[in-house]
Amino acid sequence: MKTIVVIGNGMVGFKFCEKFVTKENLGNYKVIVFGEEPRPAYDRVHLSEFFENQNAKALELAPQSWYEENGIELITDTRITDIHRDKKTITSVNEKQYTYDYLVLATGSSAFVPPIKGVEKKGVFVYRTIEDLEDMLSYAAKLKVKNPNAKAAVLGGGLLGLEAGKAAMDMGLEPHIVEFAPKLMPRQLDSRSSQVLQLKLESIGLNIHLSKATNQILGDDGYITGMEFGEDDVLDVEMLIISAGIRPRDELGKTCNLEMGVRGGIVVNNKMQTSDPDIYAIGEVALYNQMIYGLVAPGYDMADVAANQILGQTETLMPDEIDMSTKLKLIGVDVASFGEPFMPASKGHSIIFENKTQHLYKRINVSLDGKSLLGGILVGDAADYNMLHQIYLNGMSIPEDPAQLILPASEGGTTFGDVTDLPDEAQICSCESVTKGQICNVIENGEATDVTGVVSYTKAGTGCGGCKPMVTDLTNATLKALGIEVKEGVCEHFDLSRQDLYKIIQVKGYTTFNEVLDNHGTGGHGCELCKPLVASLMASINADTANKEYAIQDSNDRFLANIQRNGTYSVVPRVPGGEITPDKLIALGQIAKKYDLYTKVTGGVRIDLFGATLNQLPLIWKELISHGFESGHAYGKSLRTVKTCVGSTWCRYGMDESVSFGIELENRYRGIRAPHKIKGGVSGCIRECAEARGKDFGLIAVEGGWNLYLGGNGGATPRHAELFAEQIDNETVIKYIDRYLMFYMRTAKPLQRTAAWQDRLEGGIEYLKEVIIEDKLGIAADLDEEMQSLVNKFECEWTQAVNDPEMMKRFNHFVNSEDEDDNLVFVPLREQKMPEPWK
Amino acid sequence: MEEILKKYKTTKLEGVNVWFKAAPVDAFPKDGGACVKYKDLQIAVFNFERLNTWYASQNLSPEKQEMVLSRGMIGDHNGIPMVACPLHKKTFSLETGENLNGDLEPIAIYPVKIENNIVYIGFSE
Repeated sequence: MKTIVVIGNGMVGFKFCEKFVTKENLGNYKVIVFGEEPRPAYDRVHLSEFFENQNAKALELAPQSWYEENGIELITDTRITDIHRDKKTITSVNEKQYTYDYLVLATGSSAFVPPIKGVEKKGVFVYRTIEDLEDMLSYAAKLKVKNPNAKAAVLGGGLLGLEAGKAAMDMGLEPHIVEFAPKLMPRQLDSRSSQVLQLKLESIGLNIHLSKATNQILGDDGYITGMEFGEDDVLDVEMLIISAGIRPRDELGKTCNLEMGVRGGIVVNNKMQTSDPDIYAIGEVALYNQMIYGLVAPGYDMADVAANQILGQTETLMPDEIDMSTKLKLIGVDVASFGEPFMPASKGHSIIFENKTQHLYKRINVSLDGKSLLGGILVGDAADYNMLHQIYLNGMSIPEDPAQLILPASEGGTTFGDVTDLPDEAQICSCESVTKGQICNVIENGEATDVTGVVSYTKAGTGCGGCKPMVTDLTNATLKALGIEVKEGVCEHFDLSRQDLYKIIQVKGYTTFNEVLDNHGTGGHGCELCKPLVASLMASINADTANKEYAIQDSNDRFLANIQRNGTYSVVPRVPGGEITPDKLIALGQIAKKYDLYTKVTGGVRIDLFGATLNQLPLIWKELISHGFESGHAYGKSLRTVKTCVGSTWCRYGMDESVSFGIELENRYRGIRAPHKIKGGVSGCIRECAEARGKDFGLIAVEGGWNLYLGGNGGATPRHAELFAEQIDNETVIKYIDRYLMFYMRTAKPLQRTAAWQDRLEGGIEYLKEVIIEDKLGIAADLDEEMQSLVNKFECEWTQAVNDPEMMKRFNHFVNSEDEDDNLVFVPLREQKMPEPWK
Repeated sequence: MEEILKKYKTTKLEGVNVWFKAAPVDAFPKDGGACVKYKDLQIAVFNFERLNTWYASQNLSPEKQEMVLSRGMIGDHNGIPMVACPLHKKTFSLETGENLNGDLEPIAIYPVKIENNIVYIGFSE
């Protein structure tokens, strides 16, 4: 039995353990891991996410139990102080001795703090560990009590510095970035791309100060009050985050006389061995090829090499050349560089596409003969990164006009390169080192039949996730090549797409799910995917309400309410355009009080009443209806709200009556079932208080009419709506939205919002103009007629339900008792209530 | 909360000692489910009309311990009759109780019989 001691439980130290246990059943080895931090290894790359949710657990790479299950002894909160190479032992800070056969140093690095006068002041932090972040948060909270407009600066405009800038922003402080160099991210970006990035970051509220050398940190009573760059050049800040680079944590190597680099780092060979063959060093403490590699991917490769070497797989070596390509999202901005991002003119030609108004920059470097890709930089849109990176890595041939690789499609660019052209050795997932060959293999030998299977077998895409689109494309292409049909069908019960089913139901006039399943299904009895879809299609075509065949509706539609965490429901009556009389508002309050409902204004400016039991739903609705309310369809894949600003009826800036028009639109499209929810917005002037450009359809009043925007949304992937028509009158607006929504309802995929649909529509917004305005497909009259028929047939489904004793039966918790669910527990919350938290 | 899960135990046909008279057939939706109260238990009963078969299970979702399964959608996956929990669409086999799209604890399953248009659920006690 041999003992392996790993010093350091960061990302690379953890990866070593993970690689080691998958290679060896540990019967012959004992692994002890020391971590200096109080918790098991976590994802430092995504550290800034901690500011969003302050959930340290979510960043954990593996829970404590993982180490136990794999027979690894993890000792956290313990620093190792000495290595005794002669005795092959180490000493911990609490004077305990441990013997090793192999020692792995994965101590990583610490933040470099430049020796500036005053740097010891309170309010100066480094950005490295969760503890650093917790300290910053509590300091920032105190600052904001004293001064809600407090400022924080970040020293360092590199990759980590910009992350720290986001952290400052997330803490609610005014963020400033101070960089010594004349540009941001000097290591990765050239001057022009750096300027584009700067413009973009400034547009979202970051203040950037370049070419600034900090002379001293100013303070008062031991607390930081500012940074001084020169005489009369002072930036007042109440907090400073230092992110000026890293220094390897190599002190153990020094004290036990391992060979060290001149500027730090423990020297290793391509087996990751230090000058003592029983001691390995990996990650940011290791100096390989006279370089410290500050990226996680080379660190993971080093972990793999060290694990193999210790297990006697001596042919696994670190490559001489390490790919430093990287793609990341900085404060929501795509930034990527690959290969040689900066290239002297003697080696090749650069092709640059720049659009400062859209904060876009793309540069590729091409060899002098124009045949190969040497590197490049992408800022603002890195969608092409995966393919460009693969072309570079594999030396694939490029088009005669290489500009096509980066030009937008509208300017002659083409989608070049196909995953299937890649050689088998091409690394698709660099975090987990998964090659194209490995992915194809698990599909070819039948282990995986879809993307989920590929991911679970190969682990591709489980790291940073950047390769996911490529893994999906590759999986589908491989399946196709094997003659396995890549199903466009909605689920196992239908081989048909949503669009096909739409046409079939429309033409054949089906009105029940069973008719559709029996005549066009593949057998079986339907499922949670196809039932609500068919229900939605029949509703889109026939204006059926969800009462018609309630057992095939999605659970929310079945009970005409949104199910909440504990199985109770929320109630949202329609308040068109957000306009509500005091009497109706009082009625809402009285009803909420009577049934003890938690009450909140929704994101769509209406009022949501939470905590209604199934039995209470019809009672509440009866009362609401008697006060003139109707269903708000908050539970349906249908129109939610048309948000409005107050417009020219009151506002001194208003150009038109946004409320009146918003109400008209909301009442027009209410109740119509669509592939997904639909939201609208109407703003009375360009100040855009209704946020109309974040909606599926949005209107802004301008001189001479309305500007119509289509295809926006918030959600997981926010997208601004695109300008579709300018200065049009009310009638034209309605005509265009009618056609737009109908065309969307006919052709979108299941659960696809207008934004995603429009994005994937070939020809995009220009094509939509041809269909909707010019009637290129000759369907405009049909679309108009179909929409008008839906509008005419509208009926409030809650009014239907409460007036029909048969329909009311469904709102009992039990079929054999009047009792309510006895499992409900509520706890108090700010003078209201909420369901007991989930365990 | 653990306690509440233990109250529900799969009952096999041969282990039935009590046939509880739940409700008439038409109290249940076609190709859907509803909830029956038996002592302090909540039982979800599903009417697979297309199959002319009935199933019963605990109403409790093992994921978050909420009484919601009877309100889920039913159907089949690869021929296995199943219910999808309305909270996060976790699916469970109504034949074995097994979680079909995850590794949650299985749900308890109970026998159902129909006599004279009345639905009966079988319990061991």
